[in-house]
Amino acid sequence: MYRWLLASRYLLKRRITWFAVLAVMLCVFIVVVVMTVLTGLVRDFTAKNHEFVGDVVVGTESLVGFAYYEGFLERLGQADFVAATSPVVKSYALISPADSDRNIGVEVMGIDLALHCRVTGFAATLHYHAGDWPRAFEPAGAPDLPGCILGIDLALDRDRYGRYNFGPSIPRISLAVTCFPLTARGALALAGTSVATTKTFHYSDTSQSGLARVDSAMIYLPIEPLQAMSGMDGPTKRITAIHVKLADGVKVPVGREKIAALWDRYKAENAQQPQAHLLETVRVQGWKENRRSFIAAMEKEQTMMTALFGLVGITAVFIVFVVFYMIISNKTRDIGVLKSVGVSSLNVVRLFMGFAFCVGAIGSLLGMAGGLLFLRRANQIEGWLFEHFGFQIWDRSLYVIGDIPNQAEPRMLVVIAAMAVLACLAGALIPSGRAARLRPVDTLTVARL
Amino acid sequence: MTQDDYIIQAENLHKTYRMGATRVPVLKGVNLAVRPGEFVAIIGASGSGKSTLMHILGALDRPDMGVVRFMGRDLSGFGPGELNRFRNRQVGFVFQFYHLLDELNVMENVYLPTMASTGLLGWLRRRCWARGRATELLVSMGLGERLRHKPYQLSGGERQRVAICRALMNEPAVVLADEPTGNLDSATGNGILEILEKLNRAGQTVVMVTHDDRIAARAGRVITLADGKMI
Ligand SMILES: Nc1ncnc2c1ncn2[C@@H]1O[C@H](COP(=O)(O)OP(=O)(O)O)[C@@H](O)[C@H]1O
Ligand SMILES: [Mg+2]
Repeated sequence: MYRWLLASRYLLKRRITWFAVLAVMLCVFIVVVVMTVLTGLVRDFTAKNHEFVGDVVVGTESLVGFAYYEGFLERLGQADFVAATSPVVKSYALISPADSDRNIGVEVMGIDLALHCRVTGFAATLHYHAGDWPRAFEPAGAPDLPGCILGIDLALDRDRYGRYNFGPSIPRISLAVTCFPLTARGALALAGTSVATTKTFHYSDTSQSGLARVDSAMIYLPIEPLQAMSGMDGPTKRITAIHVKLADGVKVPVGREKIAALWDRYKAENAQQPQAHLLETVRVQGWKENRRSFIAAMEKEQTMMTALFGLVGITAVFIVFVVFYMIISNKTRDIGVLKSVGVSSLNVVRLFMGFAFCVGAIGSLLGMAGGLLFLRRANQIEGWLFEHFGFQIWDRSLYVIGDIPNQAEPRMLVVIAAMAVLACLAGALIPSGRAARLRPVDTLTVARL
Repeated sequence: MTQDDYIIQAENLHKTYRMGATRVPVLKGVNLAVRPGEFVAIIGASGSGKSTLMHILGALDRPDMGVVRFMGRDLSGFGPGELNRFRNRQVGFVFQFYHLLDELNVMENVYLPTMASTGLLGWLRRRCWARGRATELLVSMGLGERLRHKPYQLSGGERQRVAICRALMNEPAVVLADEPTGNLDSATGNGILEILEKLNRAGQTVVMVTHDDRIAARAGRVITLADGKMI
C-alpha cells in the first residue's frame, strides 16, 4: 500500500519525474505518428497492388507469352472457387503523338475491358468513363475508332496540390503505337516489310491506379489488336497472363494452390502440343507474390524505419534510467527509513518499479492521446502549412499520395504502449536494484557527512 | 534470572569498520542486557560507537562477532522475512535527525510501519484502525492539530514527537532512541525526554543514547560506553 502511496507522491512532488514522463510521451508520440503514417502508406500501396492485378495471376515473364490459354480459361470458368478471369497481354511499345517524330517507350497492356473490370479494380481507375467503364475504349465523338487508355501520368501533369489538370472533355489526340511482334520461338517476326507494326489509337481515357510505376509507364489497349501487333494472334493465339478473381471467402493462398494444381494438370495434358514449351514458363502466383518486387521495397523501408524508431525507444530507456538514478540517489535516506521499519529489499524494488510503471503508463497515455489528436489533424495541419508557408511533407506533384494516412491500428497502439512501459521498467531496473541493496545504516547515519 | 527474562541481550559484541586499509575497531566486546520495562541510557563520547551499538540491537546492522538475543532468540538465526518483521513489530527506532519522509504528511508518516507490513487488502481492512491509532498517538503528543501537515512545516521538537509516534505505532517491545534530543535545544529536548519517561512509566521498555550526563541521570539505569566496552 505504502508503495503506491509513495510512488504516486514521488511522481507528483518531484518535477524531475515529469521530465521522464515528458520524454516517454514524446517518444510515444513520435512512434505513434510515424508508424501510423508508414503502415498506412504501406497498407494503401499494398491494397492498390491487389486491385491492380486481382487475386491470382497465371502468367509468364516472357514477352513471347503462352498458348492454349482458352482451354485453361474454360477450366477456370468451371471451377467454383473462381469468380472471374481476364486474359491479358503485356508487352512494350513505342508511342508517338500523331504527326510528330517524338516517341517514348511504354509498357502496354492488352485487356478485355469487360473481363478485366470484373477481376481487378480497373474500372475505378478511369476518369472520363467513371461509372461508364464498358465504353472506356470509345474515344469521344468517334466511338468506332480504336481507343486507348493512358496511365494518368503519361497523359496529364499534376499541380502542387497533387491535382490533375483534367479538361472538361477528352482532348482528341491520336497516338501511333509501335510494337515488335515475336514468333512463338521468340524471334522477331517480319510483319510486311518491317520488323515493327504500327497502329493508330485514339486517346479515350486515363487510368489512375495510384501506383506511380504503373501510371507513369502503362498504356492499355483492347486485347485483340495488341495480340495482332505483337505476333500473338493467328491460329494459335497467345497471351502473357490470366488474372483471376477468386470466389468470395476463398483465401488467396488456398485459391492459388488449387489453380496451380489445375494448371499442372492442364500443362501435362497439353504436353504434346507444338508450343508446349511455352507453358513451362508460366507461374501461378498470388497477387502479393506477383507484385513482390514492388511491395517488398516498401516493406523494407518500413522495417528500416521501425528499427530506427527502436533507437528512439532506447533513448527513452536511457532518459528514464538517468532520472531514476537521480531520484534514487536523492531518496537513499527514505530507503533507509523504509528498511528500518521493516520494508524488504524486494518491496523497495517494487516501489520504484511501480513508480516507473506509473511514469511509463502516464507518458504513453499522454503521448498516444497527443499522437492520435495530431494524426486526426495531420491533413489539416499539412494543408495549413502549405497554404501559409508553401511547405508540403510529400510534394504532391511527385508522390501519388492523396491524404496522409491517419488511421491508427489499435493493436499497434497497444504494442507501443507496452514497449514504452517496458522501457521504463528496464530503465528503472538498475537504479532500483541498487536502492534495494543499500544497507539502512549507511543511509541513516548522518554523522559522516 | 534466565535469558528469557531479558528483552534484549547482547553478548561480547565486536564491530570493526574498514576504511581502505585502515581498520577502525568500534565495539570490542560489549555486553548488555535490558529487562522489560527498563529505561536504559547509554552514554559515551561522540564516536564511541553508541549508534553502531543501537543499529546492531535494532537489527539494522550485524556485529562481526557476538550474539544479540531478542527474548531469548538469537537474531543471527532470523531469516530475511523474520528480520523485517522484527524491525517492523518489535523495535521502534527514533533517530537523532527524525528521518521523516518528506512526501508524506504527519499522519501518513506515523502509520507508515503499519502500512509497510500489510498488503493492499490488509490495509483496506486495517486502515481505520491505523488512522485511529495514529491520531490517538499524535493527540497524546499534542500534535492533534498537525495531522495533515508536512514534516517541513513542523519544528524540530514536533518532528521528533512525530518520529516517536511512528516508533510506537506497532506497539514495539522496545524503543531504541539514538540521541533523540541531540538536535534540539534543551527545553525542547526536555519535552522529548518527558515523553519517553511517561512512556516508560506506562511500561514501555526504552533504550536511549545520549552524550549528556544530565539527561542520562533521568533514566533508570546508565551505562557508559568507552573504548569499545561497557564500563
Ligand atoms: N559505516 C561506517 N564506516 C566507517 N566508519 C564508521 C561507520 N560508521 C561509523 N563509523 C565510525 O565508527 C565510530 C563510531 O561511530 P558511531 O557509532 O556513530 O559513534 P557515536 O554514535 O557514538 O557518535 C566513529 O569513529 C565513526 O567514524
Ligand atoms: Mg551517534
